[in-house]
Amino acid sequence: MIELFKQPNIDWMGKAKYFYALSGILLLAGWISIFVNGGLRYGIDFKGGTNVDVRFAQAPNVDKLRSGLAAQGLGNTEIQSISDIANPNSNEVLIFVEGKNQDEQDLDASRVKVLNALNATYGVSTSSRADFNSATPTTLAAALAEKDPLFLSVNAGDRYTQLAKKILDYRDKNANGVLTNFDDLSKVDGVTPAVLAATKNSYALGPFAIRNVEIVGPKVGAELRTQAILVTLYALGGMLVYIAFRFEWVYGAAAVLAVFHDVLITLGFFSLLHFEISLTVIAALLTLVGYSMNDTIVIFDRIRENNRLLRKESFADVVNKSINQTLSRTILTSGLTFLTVLVLFLMGGQVLRAFSFALVVGIVVGTYSSFGIAAPLVVAWNHWRGRGVAASTGPAAGNKTRGSENVSGRLAPVGRR
Amino acid sequence: MNPNLKWKALFILVVILFCIYFLLGLPTFPTSLAQVKDNFSHQIKLGLDLQGGTHLILQVQVQEAIAQETDQTVDRLTNELRTRNIHYEEVRRVDDTHILVRNIDPSQLGQFRDLVTAQYANVWDLTPAAGDPSGYTLTLRPGAIAQIQESTMAQSLETIERRINALGLTEPTIQRRGGRNENEILVQLPGEGDPTRAKSVIQAGGQLELRLVEDPRSYPSQSEALAAHGGILPAGTELVPGRSETRTPSGAPDTSEAWYVLSRAPVVTGRDLRTAVENRNTNNPGQWQVNFTLSPEAARRFGPFTQQNISRQMAIVLDHRVYSAPVINGRIDDSGMIEGSFSQDTAHDLALVLRAGALPASIKYLEERTVGPSLGADSIRHGVQASVLSLVVVMLFMLVYYRLSGGNAVLALILNLIILLAVLALFGAVLTLPGIAGVILTIGMGVDSNVLVFERIREELRNGKSPGSAVEAGFSKAFLTIIDTHVTTVVSAFFLFLFGTGPIRGFAITLTIGLIANVFTAIYVSKTIFQYHLAKMDRQAELSI
Repeated sequence: MIELFKQPNIDWMGKAKYFYALSGILLLAGWISIFVNGGLRYGIDFKGGTNVDVRFAQAPNVDKLRSGLAAQGLGNTEIQSISDIANPNSNEVLIFVEGKNQDEQDLDASRVKVLNALNATYGVSTSSRADFNSATPTTLAAALAEKDPLFLSVNAGDRYTQLAKKILDYRDKNANGVLTNFDDLSKVDGVTPAVLAATKNSYALGPFAIRNVEIVGPKVGAELRTQAILVTLYALGGMLVYIAFRFEWVYGAAAVLAVFHDVLITLGFFSLLHFEISLTVIAALLTLVGYSMNDTIVIFDRIRENNRLLRKESFADVVNKSINQTLSRTILTSGLTFLTVLVLFLMGGQVLRAFSFALVVGIVVGTYSSFGIAAPLVVAWNHWRGRGVAASTGPAAGNKTRGSENVSGRLAPVGRR
Repeated sequence: MNPNLKWKALFILVVILFCIYFLLGLPTFPTSLAQVKDNFSHQIKLGLDLQGGTHLILQVQVQEAIAQETDQTVDRLTNELRTRNIHYEEVRRVDDTHILVRNIDPSQLGQFRDLVTAQYANVWDLTPAAGDPSGYTLTLRPGAIAQIQESTMAQSLETIERRINALGLTEPTIQRRGGRNENEILVQLPGEGDPTRAKSVIQAGGQLELRLVEDPRSYPSQSEALAAHGGILPAGTELVPGRSETRTPSGAPDTSEAWYVLSRAPVVTGRDLRTAVENRNTNNPGQWQVNFTLSPEAARRFGPFTQQNISRQMAIVLDHRVYSAPVINGRIDDSGMIEGSFSQDTAHDLALVLRAGALPASIKYLEERTVGPSLGADSIRHGVQASVLSLVVVMLFMLVYYRLSGGNAVLALILNLIILLAVLALFGAVLTLPGIAGVILTIGMGVDSNVLVFERIREELRNGKSPGSAVEAGFSKAFLTIIDTHVTTVVSAFFLFLFGTGPIRGFAITLTIGLIANVFTAIYVSKTIFQYHLAKMDRQAELSI
């Protein structure tokens, strides 16, 4: 049998003040950074505006692009290169145009301007042929049918539609959306030299392809922002009620406080490392809320169970014992889940980057907070209440030290009362 | 062996087979591997973010329809008062939902009230105007407003649906979205990488009117037109802008602005059209035009009308703009054309819009997201790679760490995924990128449940229990914890589903299904396998965990 820990015997509660200090530092660092940066960085979902994601055939010259955009009257743009470990030279750029004071009517205007700027800066001005990299299956099929390189004439049926789909599938999947050499198409099943010639004849290879356009109006942005905050609060409230119902309200409160702490620290990391908060990040934050809650409940469940068995021991000892007993489960599960989201972070592509980042941070913080914050909070409350009760019953209570939990204040699960 | 156990095993087997059949066996039972693949991609529908496409949220400007109702009521009321000879000073629209009638002849107040209660009471509330003893205010009833809103939305939805269907795109989604007063419509066009054309077709007003031109001259500006008529237009006419009909000395068409004095009442509207088709312009070979034919009833009206008005001009007004104002040369029964600087595509789209009917109010776009096919393909590749890799890592670890029991966990995980996908297919839910993330988190939660149980069993074994009772105790003790953790997560997923939109919802759905499937696989299935194994193995043997 492989075991991570034989019989761990760590005094977790004795280290509570270090945990508090660590959390304090993390919270402070993150929130100072948020303050210095003038607030969180919101993604397009929440602030509105226009995002255009472009992939180029060659590494783009960002300065040239910027002046091209400025020439179209788009001064307030952000240009961000996109690359990841799996694809370090993606030649991909994200252009963001702010839309704060933009009226809904001209939502489309900045998209058109960005496209104009791209065309003016990189456009195939020497050729009147259509751009292959922006061809759709319908247009390509029509072009092929017109040239009819397979001499099918009236019997063509949907042969050219199928062929067009295959060719564009190759462009999108194998050539990452931007074909740089027509001859590569000869690898596609069904592309004969005649088909290739017909394609070359009808199309030119544009130097870029638009991969993604997002336009969010200010109304939707504001709506989504309120919605995100509400959803988070409702979810937290729902969990609080459930835990209060299953355990005791202190447990619920401690768990929710710990989870809240996780969210705040994760947001701090978002600011520190310049990630943007998008709609999917909110989903990730809520997942982390659920996950951290999970961890906390596993420990609380053990505390509840041990409370019944170990009536002689102090509450802090019961909590220590419970954490130690569940430690290998905690480490195993967190470790494996951490691995899963790390894979997602490294390989999940740019769309999932911020999402998985929230989870990578959140799982570490969430695991830590269940024994570092939630459990000590319950012990502290118990300790405080115990002293309060003792003080009212006898004068000796005042100079009690750590043993005070022995006297009273053992938190009991609801069922035992 | 315990007969109960056999039934359990049978039940599990039936569930698995049912799920697999649902995933791979529909719609036609596969006979080849390629068909299996086809069935799978038929059953698991991909969201726009994975297959590429356009997502639009648009808002119908319902307020316009309400204002139009008020305008029409002002016209109707004015006519009624005139025909009944009721004297008043002014009938005026105050705002979108209020009409003010001032200084009615005091002796005719009763008559006025009777008219309004008889003809308008179900839509309008009548109250005395403030500060005018012989004036009244008409207020549009909330019920009537709601009705206008409802019918405007229903008609817009229908019109947009007809237009988009005419574009011939694959599987478009058009539905109302948001609360009752949001007046929003969601349009999803899978596979459409460039929405420019679809957007302009959706947004086109499509309001066609044929109106008589009341003044043969056209004017370069509104003020000049007014000045020519001494500041007041003839009754029943209005000024409508358009393109100048004259040609410049060089013979090229003059593109400058021109204002026409037109009759307010159209002879024919878009509703009277039978068909509209684009055609090459016979006079101007490079250009295109739209020819239309009228319905039989409209033709019966239009024929005599044109006969009476030979050598006068008839304006073709589209979306409140004059496209042309040809002279009527003879009786026209049922056909006409719209000329303009159309290309084949724009003429085609205009004909399409005319056939589909006009929108009752204009439309604004609130949100637009376009995912190109290459990004979608990228996302699938990344998502699937990440899922598979994490699944393999987790499974390998479980096998090494828990040995034979780890195999049990691996089986439970795979089964969990199969059930999750089958339920997604059953509900026709689409798989989105956040949905894939939900799947990965389900893997995490599934591992957690297994680890909880296995660690518990190990503890019980350490305390000296026999394998059989250790398994029993391990499952029963971990059960409550698993339920607690799952319920809390489902509670938060429930709120995500209730209040979230788009990606958040997809995530919540997959997570919830995954969690429920997980309770089944990690507890019920896993325990049954353990019991099966225990029943078969030697009583003295050690449990491989």
